[in-house]
Amino acid sequence: MRTPFTLRFLSAMPRSGWIAMGLFAALTLVVMPALHLFVPESSPFHVSNYAITLGGKIMCYAIVAVAMDLVWGYAGILSLGHGVFFALGGYAFGMYLMREIGTDGSYHSHLPDFMVFLDWKELPWYWAGSDSFAWALVLVLAVPAVVAYVFGYFAFRSRIKGVYFSIITQALTFAAMLLFFRNETGFGGNNGFTDFKRILGHDITSPEMRATLFALSALVLMLTLLAGRYLVMSKFGRVLAAIRDAESRVMFIGYNPLHYKLFIWTVSAMLCGIAGALYVPQVGIINPGEMSPANSIEIAIWVAVGGRGTLIGPVIGAGLVNAFKSFFTVAFPEYWLFFLGALFVGVTLWLPEGVVGLWKRIRARVAA
Amino acid sequence: MSFDGFKALNNLSLAIDAGELRCIIGPNGAGKTTMMDVITGKTRPDAGTCFFGQTLDLTRMTEPEIAHAGIGRKFQKPTIFENHTVFENLELAMKTDKRAWTSLFAWLSQEGRDRITDTLKQIRLDREADRLAGLLSHGQKQWLEIGMLLMQEPQLLLLDEPVAGMTDDETERTGELFKSLAGKHSLVVVEHDMAFIEQLGGKVTVLHEGSVLAEGNLATVQADPRVIEVYLGR
Repeated sequence: MRTPFTLRFLSAMPRSGWIAMGLFAALTLVVMPALHLFVPESSPFHVSNYAITLGGKIMCYAIVAVAMDLVWGYAGILSLGHGVFFALGGYAFGMYLMREIGTDGSYHSHLPDFMVFLDWKELPWYWAGSDSFAWALVLVLAVPAVVAYVFGYFAFRSRIKGVYFSIITQALTFAAMLLFFRNETGFGGNNGFTDFKRILGHDITSPEMRATLFALSALVLMLTLLAGRYLVMSKFGRVLAAIRDAESRVMFIGYNPLHYKLFIWTVSAMLCGIAGALYVPQVGIINPGEMSPANSIEIAIWVAVGGRGTLIGPVIGAGLVNAFKSFFTVAFPEYWLFFLGALFVGVTLWLPEGVVGLWKRIRARVAA
Repeated sequence: MSFDGFKALNNLSLAIDAGELRCIIGPNGAGKTTMMDVITGKTRPDAGTCFFGQTLDLTRMTEPEIAHAGIGRKFQKPTIFENHTVFENLELAMKTDKRAWTSLFAWLSQEGRDRITDTLKQIRLDREADRLAGLLSHGQKQWLEIGMLLMQEPQLLLLDEPVAGMTDDETERTGELFKSLAGKHSLVVVEHDMAFIEQLGGKVTVLHEGSVLAEGNLATVQADPRVIEVYLGR
């Protein structure tokens, strides 16, 4: 007898998981946007612009963290270049946002300001169609997917593993950053894209738009968690974990690890692309700094802090580290990187399974 | 087959019949493991051929293709999935469509479940089905790996030191199991344990410096002066 797909999907998560998901949905899709839009600013219950943007931003990071964990925690592939997929998604959507400025830029040209500044007379060929919202969505998914697929195909086919793979991904993001720094590349050089005005004709700074982007980020995060849960509970997920633990055995029982790794790697890159596209309109800027090697390392730290090989861990890790970061970079801006480094060393030494592992240990001790 | 000028296999010629149980012995460095590496596609020979049946040239196939063609391999050191349960280890090994896309929607059928249960009994791990494989004893891990090979339904089983680290009792039961498999499957067993080879009772091939030194039943081979020389040194 075959179990229907929907039933299998429902059974992929325990009841407590569905309840937590329901509460999170109510909070992020209804309560927070409502408190932002309908409660007057004078009320203590009002959710400020700052808070809603910070929340949206952190949820975008959380999507990236879950995507990272799918390849690192479950398939054992440590990528130190995931920032590049995030930035590519951000740039792909940023192109659309630049075109939506129309002639409202400083030079009142139909070209983006930075092109006028470079004295370009027309759009480069790869900007064709960038005024279409639908095409922007296609690019957001397709660009990270193609880059990841091609890079992954050659890396995994050559059986590059472990620290060698990590170093190559660092080089990938660094090379991409240098490329995007160049004015000639046609993506605004150092300054990247900024001064966005509208999405689909609606003001990008309006409370309604902020609330919408916030809710969309929450929705994508929840869908990512559900899809991730299905993936890791499926036979695909078991094969992936088997590749992580004993790749040669997997090959000798007849699985081709290349296809498994390539699939999860590409899916992970696409998730990062979506997160980047949601992030850019909320923070209002995208520049090559997003591709700096340190950013990609930070993603790995979120996952390590939260707990590898669990899906909720990376969400907690991204939330905790970024909450600390928001506080630290205001209170003691010079010390943030030291703190981040110390955090990574501390977690590696004392909390190898992250916050989730700590929680499990405490529960086990209380139960005993 | 050579590594930096050193020939690990040198004019080795070996033929295994269908359903045969063959034991391979030889001192360290004789090329036993390298031979298995060549058969399973892990390493490619510089020269020579390696055919499975009449038509399949194994030197041109990848590891997963060779596994699908019907060759299963047990490693010298037991290699199982330590973070999966015993049941899941067998499930992953089971002969089925193993492409990535199919695995996304694969669901274990009742026949599959029954086959796993049967194999669990055969390798005496039915009580351990839901334990993590990493928690098994060394001997049990060896058995689990043998069970994984059986789930693949291979025509040829390559077993590299299958009874290393087993108690005498476990060794004897493994011998019984192998004898019961011969006939249905071809088995190639690499071992150092002479008592075990005697129990299996098949034809024995002695490898030395990458080539066949002697072949025959155990008593004949053990009486061969060249074999004695190789084992006892000059």
